[in-house]
Amino acid sequence: MKTQNQKAWFFVLPVLLLVAFNALIPMMTVVNYSVQETFGNNVFFWHGVGWFEDLLNSERFHAALGRQILFTTIILLIEIPLGIVIALAMPRKGIWVPVCLVLMALPMLIPWNVVGAMWNIFTLPDIGLLGYLMNTTLGIDYDMTQDPFAAWVTIVTMDVWHWTSLVVLLCYAGLVSIPDAYYQAAKIDGASSWSVFRYIQLPKMKQVLTIAILLRFMDSFNIYTEVFVMTGGGPGNSTTFLSIDLVKIALGQFDLGPAAAMSLIYFAITLLVSWLFYTLMTKDDGK
Amino acid sequence: MRKRSLIPILYILFLMLPIYWLIAMSFKTTNEILSGFSLFPQTFTWDNYITIFTDPSWYWAYVNSIIYVSLNTVISICVALPAAYAFSRYRFLGDKTLFFWLLTNRMAPAAVFVLPFFQLYSAVGLFDTHIAVALAHCLFNIPLAVWILEGFMSGVPKELDETAYIDGYSFPRFFITIFLPAIKAGVGVAAFFCFMFSWVELLLAKNLTAVYAKPIAAEMTKTASSAGYELGLLAAAGTLTIIPGAIVIYFVRNYIAKGFALGRV
Repeated sequence: MKTQNQKAWFFVLPVLLLVAFNALIPMMTVVNYSVQETFGNNVFFWHGVGWFEDLLNSERFHAALGRQILFTTIILLIEIPLGIVIALAMPRKGIWVPVCLVLMALPMLIPWNVVGAMWNIFTLPDIGLLGYLMNTTLGIDYDMTQDPFAAWVTIVTMDVWHWTSLVVLLCYAGLVSIPDAYYQAAKIDGASSWSVFRYIQLPKMKQVLTIAILLRFMDSFNIYTEVFVMTGGGPGNSTTFLSIDLVKIALGQFDLGPAAAMSLIYFAITLLVSWLFYTLMTKDDGK
Repeated sequence: MRKRSLIPILYILFLMLPIYWLIAMSFKTTNEILSGFSLFPQTFTWDNYITIFTDPSWYWAYVNSIIYVSLNTVISICVALPAAYAFSRYRFLGDKTLFFWLLTNRMAPAAVFVLPFFQLYSAVGLFDTHIAVALAHCLFNIPLAVWILEGFMSGVPKELDETAYIDGYSFPRFFITIFLPAIKAGVGVAAFFCFMFSWVELLLAKNLTAVYAKPIAAEMTKTASSAGYELGLLAAAGTLTIIPGAIVIYFVRNYIAKGFALGRV
């Protein structure tokens, strides 16, 4: 059991100071902007909750939010099951394990703008490997910069390529921790491979899956750099996610008030969903 | 059994295809890239790499990135260690709330913070320094490091601490000579993740720097400016950004496999 000790606060203090410096001060700035109107020259006027009202009634905001939610949903539905399947099929021992792990982790270690540039080159219709294969070899009309559907498929494929390995690595770590005795017991009982998965492997993976789902949710909901480099939000507005719209408003048009209000709503949504995931999935931990 | 190993093989092939294409392009001249499709470089050239290694603004951008990433990893681990110890060993007022609050910082979209960060670090006179980027990346790396380390520390039995105190160890001596070696796999995994997330982040790094601490990711936009895209150069620069990550993961490969299994993580 853990002991009650208020002095533990001293251990947490450095973390607290650093994160507070980075999180609270900028957050205060954002809150400050979100309730003010400016006409430049550092002159600000009180605007109340006006920006929030505008935003919640704005179709542009609804559309961007909708696209963001759709994207995250697709990503989670593909990457989590795929990651589990690949982790289950990985060898448990032998020289191939480190090779597999290193190769699989490679995409995660590439800077995000390089990932975007790389997929751009990869999908160019006339000179990219994928674009050329699709158009010339398979005869499918494919151009990410013209066709919204192609753009979506490409971005989803890119994200699956980029991040499924995170789910695989985490699940694999969970699977390796299962003692052999469990499998032997299951074999003696004549358990089917489905029940081995359902009653032995899945419960053991639950904790790591919590982390995987949370991390994948947060990061796909905040995706910016890769998509911006690949499509710039186009064609049209078809891939303008919330984050891309936000940067457009904040740094492109320099509309600080609306951008700040949008940031706060954005953050609140992420926070709420993450909190729901977190509570739901750690509910039984105490028992 | 054989059918099963097909899945990882296919998956790895899928992962390698875009990477292969990037590397193949880095050995082509920009003219060859633009003139048409070819699976292998027709006229194999090192020119793109030579350009990067002879131009100070290119290779300094790499050095800058490595400096702030290393700084960030060291800072994150050093402050996360005592905090993770507190979370794993003690109950104190507001511990659960604090833990979740730390995690929430991992959730804030970087896009939200770009402008306030720029103003904050300009105000304290750190704009365009390595330390500014390293500190800014602490925002999402410290919570992650605390999370991972706490899991590993909870896996170490509490009797270890108690025995050491009975043997007359002081806390700092116990922590450094006994406890740290016991969780070194955890430190490795946490350092790996800090390195990774700091290395791949661009938005904050780019907006907090101008000249002296310019990261490689920002330098790469240079290939787009003069006379159209220099795709060959872009591909070579991109290929070089994969290398530090590959080296780091090679060192921690064994910890990654068994690492997360311990404790909560």
